[in-house]
Amino acid sequence: MGVAIAIVRMKDLLAVVMLLGIYSLLSASFFVAMDAVDVAFTEAAVGAGISTLLMLVAITMTGRTEHPTRHKPLLALAVVIVTGSLLIYGTLDMPYFGSAEAPIHQHVAPRYINDSMQEIGVPNIVTSVLASYRAFDTFGEVVVIFTAGMGVLALLSVVRRPRDNEKIDSYNKSMHEQHLILRIVTKMMIPFILLFAFYVQFHGDFGPGGGFQAGVIFASAILLYAMLFGMNTARRVINQSLIQLLAATGVLLYGSIGVVSLLNGKEFFDYSVLSADPVAGQHLGILLIELGVGITVASVMVIIFFNFADRRDYSASKENKDL
Amino acid sequence: MIIGLYNYWVVVVLMMIGFYIVIAHGNLIKKIVGLSIFQTSVFIFYISMAKVDGGTAPILAEGIEQYSNPLPHVLILTAIVVGIATTALGLALAVRIKEAYGSIEEEEIQNKDNLDC
Repeated sequence: MGVAIAIVRMKDLLAVVMLLGIYSLLSASFFVAMDAVDVAFTEAAVGAGISTLLMLVAITMTGRTEHPTRHKPLLALAVVIVTGSLLIYGTLDMPYFGSAEAPIHQHVAPRYINDSMQEIGVPNIVTSVLASYRAFDTFGEVVVIFTAGMGVLALLSVVRRPRDNEKIDSYNKSMHEQHLILRIVTKMMIPFILLFAFYVQFHGDFGPGGGFQAGVIFASAILLYAMLFGMNTARRVINQSLIQLLAATGVLLYGSIGVVSLLNGKEFFDYSVLSADPVAGQHLGILLIELGVGITVASVMVIIFFNFADRRDYSASKENKDL
Repeated sequence: MIIGLYNYWVVVVLMMIGFYIVIAHGNLIKKIVGLSIFQTSVFIFYISMAKVDGGTAPILAEGIEQYSNPLPHVLILTAIVVGIATTALGLALAVRIKEAYGSIEEEEIQNKDNLDC
């Protein structure tokens, strides 16, 4: 909470973004303390990793300091205090923290906990609810992520001209040769990060993990490479149009599994038709769907980052020309 | 004991801090940061509701009777990733606004618009 208050006070946006990363990491530890290991995993990878990075790229383009505003802070404070007190008054009727009798634990949750082992056969209940019971919901989320990626693409994409890159390339070279230790250590780490991403992807049935986390970890390995070796080197490794195709393929894979179960005379996303044994079918369905999620999330994250970075190079070269 | 509600109060305080940043600050990046704080407070709200005393993480294992509720975990897991995607969209908009107006301060943008009219 102290971190959050510090964020309000700071004018330097770089410090604000760093504090936001710390705040995310702290909330991830909250989630572990409250038994939500899958969520903590995601929050640590997304909040403390990717989102900090994106914010940093954004502030390199928009400027680092915040101007003092002439808004009346007292009015805002009054609104906030009134809303806050009303909300706290509202919590007085809520069930106590950790109470097992709370209404939230009465309806569908017992069924997930008691029956998911027979019906799905996957020890991690979060995975079986995510990918099987609520697969349609998750499909919607994946489509939202895909759409957001397309939105960033539409807003920021620039037509690249190779001539502009030469100057930046040489600039990058001089900068990157200075961090020799950093580069070598990272080069050794990247294969392990990628391997870990695959582990998280395919072990999601048994332990915490799954497509969302794996996608983010996979993307972060690529982003790390791009940061240390320069965008042009990274672009030689990662083909942009291929990544865009992959983002769409992930969604398509997810959706088509739903269609397959429809064609076999069951409900949308009922995977028991995928194999003779319903439980094995569920396993296969979850595996494929998590794969679709992982592909989409990883490629959308890479698309977003590359577009931000391209945009920065583009505005930098435009400013150079103006001068 | 009324102190058993402390988890909601933490959430409300965090939420109000985020809300304050959104309404009181003119810088668009700062507003997005405020929204992320607000968003995380909602995540903590959901996860704290899922916690059961004496429960453990919802991964089935031998000899464990009490599990925390897995449903909010699922909802929040996807919400985090969707959150970063929408944050990225917001940042992209901020970058475009900076290019078009030369500033991401709300007042300066408004002044510029008024001058154009």
